[in-house]
Amino acid sequence: MPVLEKGGAQAWRRRTTGENLFRWFGWLIGVAIFVACWQRISEATTWFFVWDAPRIAGDIWTRATPPRWEYITQLGRPIWDTLNIATLGTLIAICLAVPVAFMAARNTTPSVLFIRPVALLVIVSSRSINSLIWALLLIAIIGPGVFAGIIAIAIRSIGFCAKLLYEAIEEIDHTQVEAISATGASRWQVMAYGIVPQILPAFAGIAVFRWDINIRESTVLGLVGAGGIGLQLSASLNVLAWPQVSLILLAILAAVLVSEWVSAKVRGAII
Amino acid sequence: MSHLELEDMLGKGWRKPPFVSNPKLRWSLILGSIAYLAAAVMSIEVDWGRVYVGLDRGWAFILAFASPDFTGRASDIWTGMLESIVMTVAASVVGILISIPIGLGAARNIAPLPIYLVCRGIVAISRALQEIIVAILLVAIFGFGPLAGFLTLSFATIGFLSKLLAEDIEAMDKAQAEAIKASGARWLQWINYGVQPQVMPRLVGLSMYRIDINFRESAILGLVGAGGIGATLNTAFDRYEYDTAAAILILIIGIVMSLEYLSGIIRSKVQ
Repeated sequence: MPVLEKGGAQAWRRRTTGENLFRWFGWLIGVAIFVACWQRISEATTWFFVWDAPRIAGDIWTRATPPRWEYITQLGRPIWDTLNIATLGTLIAICLAVPVAFMAARNTTPSVLFIRPVALLVIVSSRSINSLIWALLLIAIIGPGVFAGIIAIAIRSIGFCAKLLYEAIEEIDHTQVEAISATGASRWQVMAYGIVPQILPAFAGIAVFRWDINIRESTVLGLVGAGGIGLQLSASLNVLAWPQVSLILLAILAAVLVSEWVSAKVRGAII
Repeated sequence: MSHLELEDMLGKGWRKPPFVSNPKLRWSLILGSIAYLAAAVMSIEVDWGRVYVGLDRGWAFILAFASPDFTGRASDIWTGMLESIVMTVAASVVGILISIPIGLGAARNIAPLPIYLVCRGIVAISRALQEIIVAILLVAIFGFGPLAGFLTLSFATIGFLSKLLAEDIEAMDKAQAEAIKASGARWLQWINYGVQPQVMPRLVGLSMYRIDINFRESAILGLVGAGGIGATLNTAFDRYEYDTAAAILILIIGIVMSLEYLSGIIRSKVQ
């Protein structure tokens, strides 16, 4: 126990002097890094614009209000496209994520040495790249439109769903699997009756959760040309039609809130 | 003996119970989803000719991963990456520092009702607005550059971290906090010794996770002019320089992987 000698008496303290010094040094380095980062940001900033920002914000606010309500008639189709991108993308992602998850889970993978690392690599690369970047790439490959958006969302979601799903598979209760195999069930029957019922609630929860996230992401995919309401947003931004921008932002906000509410309800009903 | 008589003697064979027990609800769910899927798929226009033409480019891109070009645009990649990392570090530090008081305020068992409502409002606004949309608005207000990206990421961090921190505080063990209070601690001491030790491991884990997310997001903020590697990546795609784009993507994946590894080590140390 680290103690401090004070006038002959020993007082308790949390750390020894060496530990204290070490911690101080760590904090010093951390603060230095932060200051260096801030300096770089500040160098790259035009401070005149920043001091002018409140006026600009007020200006944009007066331009953007009130929203141009009659524009809503033109938003029906983009919202429908956005919903489709999110839903179809999630469906495709789930279909592809299930085999990947089974290959990545330590207790169901056919080969720990070869197949599991490949599955994990698929998961990591799909997760670490944002759907907007996938959309950029797919637009260069298959041309702009809703289809590119669907594929982008699907690719981005595979990693997320597969990661959560394989963690759920690794946490299953092994006794049930053993009971099914003791009845003489084949490999697929063990899968269908021993493993699948245990992960089904988690699976449904993951799917709905991802659908909710995908609605959010698909609203902005249009900014790079991949269909949905983002196309209208970027078109309105380009012509500085702020009343339309504010209406689109309200529509996006409403879509996000509705999807969050739906996903919370569904997950509450399942789990 | 006929087939029916045999069934009478043995009783009916076991059948898997249906997923939704109410048959009316089951069939309407099935038919409804088929109808939706049909409508959704019909409303997508896919130009298969364009997709076919693009396949060559897709293949070229996959090949580019085998020979990424780190050197051709080394200075652009380096400045972009550095800016992304700088934005991530600065925004994570500021976001985490701000989200701790807001998280305390958004926990119902600590904060009085007015403060609770204000903090929950901040969290709701920050969570409902997508990063990229916030970035567009901030770029319009503060001008191009990493400051807008920094502010965007800080704002998004606040919503994410405060919400999860508040939920963790609400779920904490009351007995420990009460014991500290009974010893006559002031409010700050109560937070420091009664609450903080209980939520610290989770706070560290969530912060690491958020740093990871912030880095991934910082890679796309450049698309709308908010600084970071996104601008370089976008240019590389526009110019069909797939080897440069592949190099950037490999760097992003590598950094995300090492961050994940690091956060795994830190989390296991804290817990």
